[in-house]
Amino acid sequence: MSVTITVPRDAVALGLGANRVARALFAGAERRGLDITVKRTGSRGLFWLEPMVEVETAEGRIAYGPVTPKDVDALLDAGLTTGGEHALRLGDPERIPYLARQQRLTFHRCGVVDPVSVADYRAHGGYRGLETALAKDAEGIVAEVRESGLRGRGGAGFPAGIKWNTVMLAKADQKYVVCNADEGDSGTFADRMMMEGDPFNLIEGMTIAGIATGATRGYIYLRSEYPQAYQALKEAIANGIEAGVLGENVLGSGKAFHLEVRLGAGAYICGEETSLLESLEGRRGIVRAKPPIPALKGFLGQPTLVNNVMTFTAVPWILEHGAKAYADYGMGRSLGTLPIQLAGNIRHGGLIEMAFGITLREVIEDFGGGTRSGRPVRAVQVGGPLGAYFPDELLDTPLDYEAMAAKKGLVGHGGIVVFDDTVDMAKQARFAFEFCATESCGKCTPCRIGATRGVETMDKVISGIRPDQNLKLVEDLCEVMTDGSLCAMGGLTPMPVMSAITHFPEDFRRAGDLPVAAE
Amino acid sequence: MPRFEPWSAPRAAGIIAEHTHLEGATLPILHALQETFGYVDAGAVPLIADALNVSRAEVHGCITFYHDFRSAPAGRHTVKLCRAEACQAMGSDKLHADILRRLGTEWHGTTADGSCTVEPVYCLGLCANGPAALVDGEPVAHLTADALEATLTEVRQ
Repeated sequence: MSVTITVPRDAVALGLGANRVARALFAGAERRGLDITVKRTGSRGLFWLEPMVEVETAEGRIAYGPVTPKDVDALLDAGLTTGGEHALRLGDPERIPYLARQQRLTFHRCGVVDPVSVADYRAHGGYRGLETALAKDAEGIVAEVRESGLRGRGGAGFPAGIKWNTVMLAKADQKYVVCNADEGDSGTFADRMMMEGDPFNLIEGMTIAGIATGATRGYIYLRSEYPQAYQALKEAIANGIEAGVLGENVLGSGKAFHLEVRLGAGAYICGEETSLLESLEGRRGIVRAKPPIPALKGFLGQPTLVNNVMTFTAVPWILEHGAKAYADYGMGRSLGTLPIQLAGNIRHGGLIEMAFGITLREVIEDFGGGTRSGRPVRAVQVGGPLGAYFPDELLDTPLDYEAMAAKKGLVGHGGIVVFDDTVDMAKQARFAFEFCATESCGKCTPCRIGATRGVETMDKVISGIRPDQNLKLVEDLCEVMTDGSLCAMGGLTPMPVMSAITHFPEDFRRAGDLPVAAE
Repeated sequence: MPRFEPWSAPRAAGIIAEHTHLEGATLPILHALQETFGYVDAGAVPLIADALNVSRAEVHGCITFYHDFRSAPAGRHTVKLCRAEACQAMGSDKLHADILRRLGTEWHGTTADGSCTVEPVYCLGLCANGPAALVDGEPVAHLTADALEATLTEVRQ
């Protein structure tokens, strides 16, 4: 009988040679007369163990990792196909403490299933959420989402149920569901992992949203930086249409939902929902003033539900298990689980799905095991390029929307980037302005001009030109950008800048004072 | 076999016609043109404008607004190096300086032999395994200058 061996097709695994490992497995098995089937899956998100190969044995799956092509012959000789002993043997992957400790509601299938197979998705509990939804009326579905306490996972944390309700109540001939898969925050990869590893979870979540709001058309607006996710989504959608889970008659319900994936073109600003809609309509990604809100006047002027990947992918679980079961996770007004992404200079980086409330320190020390360089942690940026830099003293802050805001930080998309003690925080503050200048859409003045002035002023601070006065000017500029920008791009760029200045003041006085004449 | 076809207005018009039925067809058209020709030729601007009933200025605006679209051919291979924070935490700044020096080019520049264009990118979602890059769309994790050199030697053959 053929032995099934899984090899991830996730971008991280590919970037570490997973395709070469798969080829070596084929060749090695053939030489030994072994009958193997290689199944391509997503990643479980234990990224320091990638490429992680799993073998289906009589005792369940046995994992090995990190596997390089050079290891394959030795692994096969050690009895890989029957789960044999080897230095890279990790045992049952679900009992690896990093994974066993997690609360995987949204990611439970990722790394397990063939991402583009409807049959495999259904064999692992897929489409139970949609079936439950189809047995309810629209109000019933929206009520379930509202009562779960689910908040938009893109950063703003707006209650999903309220948005869904607004679109449901809006009257129009054509409504739309749009997935914002263009959130390109550095240090985040949950969206990418999900779209590469379990795209049907997103498709099911969007379909439920379409049924609930009366939208028969949906778009996934995907970053072009994720070519592997694009491929997986295209394959999954085509297979979904063929299997009748998408199209005119979803699961035989008589209800229609048509879904298409569209590629962005490298503009970070298109992760802002109104800019995304402009881009989807075929224009420059310039931010729109609100109101009107997209829920009433969105894509092509029609009522449009815009949520991000993590919001939609939480929905199938909520419908299947009930709002209460989801709301039992989390703390305060941050309910459910947060897919945390641990990245940067970290030994054990990866995806950690946990109930809200876990502290930064638990994530970085207990899961992450400290820095990859072995040096002490100095700064941690939470929530992407617009998130605050936290020093060690703030690492006991729980990941919770309100608790993070109280420390002048944000949860954002749940990305945590760790820096060791070689980091220069003045340089990081300058980079925040530089990034904003590169990516600003240019519509509002505080962001367009402010970012460029910020870079210039930080350059003066760094080279020691009247640092006190110039830092005062930076603070002033940050206030204007925070209060006067049209969207979060200009409005939140001051967050990394000000947190760096506040928590790491010594880095801004390295050059000392130069004589004024040096200007 | 070359990766891209030489620019041809009739071929471009055909590609545009395949996409005009889409809602918001501009970006899909631009992607398809770049996929075929390696860049978006200035000659495509009036064709798109006519097909979609928008002004040339709007089409030009789109091409120049988005980082992905090129108005001139690039090298035969494209290397996108991630400059965002997670890769910075793994020393990407120094690495990039080294890579650019070895290739003898600048950001957005092409090597003298025309083989390779280097572009900055802000996050590839490989943030726990940085520094990261995309070489002709294929991800590379734990990037080093030597590894990139080896990869480029391989793809150039």
